[in-house]
Amino acid sequence: MTQFTTWDIVSNLLLAARWTVLLSILAFIGGGVVGLVVLYCRIARKVWLQRAANLYIELFQGTPLLMQLFLIFFGLPLMGLDVSPWAAAFVSLTLWTSAFLAEIWRGCVESIPKGQWEASSSLAMSFFEQLRYVVLPQALRIAVPPTVGFSVQVVKGTALTSIIGFVELSKASTIITNATFEPFTVYGFAALIYFVLCWPLSKSSQLLERKLNVAHHHH
Amino acid sequence: MAYSFDFSSLADYGPVLAKGVAITVELIVVGGALGVGLGIACAWAKALGPRWLRPIVSAYVELIRNTPFLIQLFFIFFGLPAIGVGLTEMQAAILAMVINLGAYACEIIRAGIEATPRGQFEAGASLAMSPIQTFRHVVLVPALQKIWPALTSQIVIVMFGSAVCSQISVEELTFAANFIQSRTFRAFESYIVATVLYLLLAVLLRQVMRGLGLFLFPRRRKTT
Amino acid sequence: MSLITITEVRKSFGQNEVLKGINLDVAAGEVIAIIGKSGSGKSTLLRCINGLETINHGSITVAGAQLAPDEVHLRALRLKVGMIFQGFNLFPHLTAGRNVMLSPMVVKKVSQKEAEAEARVRLEQVGLAHKFDAYPDELSGGQQQRVAIARALAMKPLALLCDEITSALDPELVNEVLAVVKKLAEEGMTLLMVTHEMRFAREVCDRVVFMHQGRVHEIGPPEEVFANPQTAELRQFLGQS
Repeated sequence: MTQFTTWDIVSNLLLAARWTVLLSILAFIGGGVVGLVVLYCRIARKVWLQRAANLYIELFQGTPLLMQLFLIFFGLPLMGLDVSPWAAAFVSLTLWTSAFLAEIWRGCVESIPKGQWEASSSLAMSFFEQLRYVVLPQALRIAVPPTVGFSVQVVKGTALTSIIGFVELSKASTIITNATFEPFTVYGFAALIYFVLCWPLSKSSQLLERKLNVAHHHH
Repeated sequence: MAYSFDFSSLADYGPVLAKGVAITVELIVVGGALGVGLGIACAWAKALGPRWLRPIVSAYVELIRNTPFLIQLFFIFFGLPAIGVGLTEMQAAILAMVINLGAYACEIIRAGIEATPRGQFEAGASLAMSPIQTFRHVVLVPALQKIWPALTSQIVIVMFGSAVCSQISVEELTFAANFIQSRTFRAFESYIVATVLYLLLAVLLRQVMRGLGLFLFPRRRKTT
Repeated sequence: MSLITITEVRKSFGQNEVLKGINLDVAAGEVIAIIGKSGSGKSTLLRCINGLETINHGSITVAGAQLAPDEVHLRALRLKVGMIFQGFNLFPHLTAGRNVMLSPMVVKKVSQKEAEAEARVRLEQVGLAHKFDAYPDELSGGQQQRVAIARALAMKPLALLCDEITSALDPELVNEVLAVVKKLAEEGMTLLMVTHEMRFAREVCDRVVFMHQGRVHEIGPPEEVFANPQTAELRQFLGQS
């Protein structure tokens, strides 16, 4: 039987972690873009758009991410689209992320005082101009800490994609465990790598939050 | 090519689904109760406990909140036997959920404790209560009441997370769906049914928590 | 011909009808004070004129622009009539100067250079040229309200609606804002103001409108309305304030 050194284990885990990082980044960007669209629908002044956005948010927040992964992984092929685990992982994480980000951002937009909408209305700005020049610049500042905080959930969420066979850090851990029979070491190091990825994000979210609460000036 | 849905082939698997639902409920009831208990203990330790205990609790909370539940579960189920702690699937799943929820609940409850006015602690002390007594009788209930909605959301999230317990062969709802799809080859239908059941379970869980809240914080019933 | 025409305007919030058929014509250059108890509908009337509230019945026209709930009509209306709020509502993320420049640039597509020149003129007009680069939270309430006036003026409106613009101010800051409004009145700006400053209304306004329970209860030149109230409600209101 081949002997595995601890370094063999760690280096293989790190190689697999690249995929965790890449998937996290892509899902976060994709989720941000889709999330903006959902946000726009959610706060638009069309009732049916708001309802559709609400339904979207509630569906993705109200069901397990694992089920969403399964439905997309098994569902898209039924529509004639052949999807790899990688594509299914990206699509479902993007949709899931977008729902949460849209909801986080909606809270930020709604925390902008009504007077800001009224003042910009009375200056003849259109809905889009109000958003673009008055509301979003203010909402964005308060949105940064919770958005960074949510990125931690995205990184952790990628672990579920191992279940549909995407080889990232968690899947690699299982594969390596099966070869080395050292689950304690392998899963311990895997947890450590996740921690190293997530903790700086958590911490900076907290620091940004604190900074925002202290700062009263806007420049 | 249009796909034709066929839920009828799932009809025979009602008992399988029912068992899955029952085990998911068991996981969240036991895991939820113990997890909130652990959360309360940790919140007390972090906010009011002895100084030496705080960094230990902080480390636990940070470690859990910054690693995926799946890895925590695998570590407990596959890893711990290597150091002589063997657990059944169900024990491992519940332990993982308790440890996971405990960390999140700790932060949520601590926020509630820290929002308690200083005067409450001082009033408790002036009535000759010990710090623990003040915490138990004066601080805890209003703190829980304040954060009850956030705690409810977190417990729902943990229930959704419990779907991965199927990966260590706990025969909960997702396991049932996996089982059915492997027999019927109706993957999409199987998971749709499971998803809808999760949705309903979440609605039910929120109602139960609301009811529990009304029971634990009866004063609120008058105002709302 | 009148600049603002308000005809049979009715407005309800749910079951509660707050405007019960308002008729009012305002001529160009006229200065009108709207007085009345809180809940009399006076602020709602002002907000309707600017399209911040929709109306259930009747019509409002400002210099040919008709109030209608779609964005095109609202924009046309709001280009003709500016509004000043009780709570200032300056944009906190922009300097005073940028507050004034924003709408001309994005709505009227004025160049940045022109907008800046205009903003300096307007801030000068309210006595705050030196605060061009200050952020709202660095200004006193009175100064913020004057910036808000400059911001509305930069859109070159035909009329200004002032909704209790001194009510949120400390007493010592009220006069600096009223002085600006008075100067605007003297320069011929059409003004419709909801106010509790009776002395100011008496000195500056051409007409006073007393609203009561959603109706125009009395209307006339200030010397008549204040000296010789016709109804018990107005007598009681004036006695209280």
